[in-house]
Amino acid sequence: MDADWAAQRLGEIRTLMERTSLYRRALAPTATLTGVIGMVAGVIGWTFPVESGSGFCLFWMITGILSLLVSLLMIRRQAWKDKELFWSPPTRRFIQALCPALFAGTCLGIVGMMHPQISKAYLWNLPALWMMFYGCALFSAGFFMPRGIKLFGAIYVLCGSISMFHFTTAALTQTLPRIVHAHIVMGSSFGILHFFYGAYLFLTEHNQTN
Amino acid sequence: MKTKTFSQLNKTIHEKGRMAIMSALAANPEMSFKELKESLGMTDGNVSVHIRTLQQAGYVIVSKTFVNNRPHTTYRMTSEGLKAFNEYIDLLEEIVRLNREGH
Repeated sequence: MDADWAAQRLGEIRTLMERTSLYRRALAPTATLTGVIGMVAGVIGWTFPVESGSGFCLFWMITGILSLLVSLLMIRRQAWKDKELFWSPPTRRFIQALCPALFAGTCLGIVGMMHPQISKAYLWNLPALWMMFYGCALFSAGFFMPRGIKLFGAIYVLCGSISMFHFTTAALTQTLPRIVHAHIVMGSSFGILHFFYGAYLFLTEHNQTN
Repeated sequence: MKTKTFSQLNKTIHEKGRMAIMSALAANPEMSFKELKESLGMTDGNVSVHIRTLQQAGYVIVSKTFVNNRPHTTYRMTSEGLKAFNEYIDLLEEIVRLNREGH
């Protein structure tokens, strides 16, 4: 009985330590806005054809940086409204967990930007690789975040893997579509998925408060 | 042996609310009043009372600063607090271990 009680208390301490070190700030609005930016960028890239390899990489790197800046601004705004520090320990852990995979993804984009003659197969695999790296980043950050971020990250890894399989096969059979269509892949993966995740967070947060 | 171990448990940390605050501060180098309150689901009064007790015991240090021209109070665990918290956990683990060995 005593040991049961002690073991239960140790479990409570572990749960409390995990729960309090989670990052919770502005998840729903940042996910939704990132989704909107992704979808708009997808439509822009497809409508005003950004078709060169370096143009494609530059366009999506700028979109990524824009989404990141907007997210950071929203997080900062929420911290300011709540009279809290922006660079809090949970925020620091969350950003640190994202960094390695995002850095690797950025390097892939820079390679594409620096070499205008890069192959079409590389460019078509870029969205797949970006999805996989982004998924890995989210999965790592999920250890310091609530609300199914790890599952969200795993979905990206899965989508990236399927895309890679599909586009590599298409490259080998020389049936790859024009690069302009890759904007649709980017817009639907980074845009629509984020948007739905943000909507899910909004809905479940609303339910939790009621 | 078991009774002796139980009597050694730190009474200040043993109370549920204070144990929650100590656990939170052990996992985070620094926490604000609001963060503590929201993450632990405690009331303002509860947090204040338990923090005061922990502060008096020398386990928690309170810092008052200004963020964006607004007062901002943060709490940190002292080295003495961390030592006491680790000892508390060690004792709980010992109770579990002793009981397992006894069966």
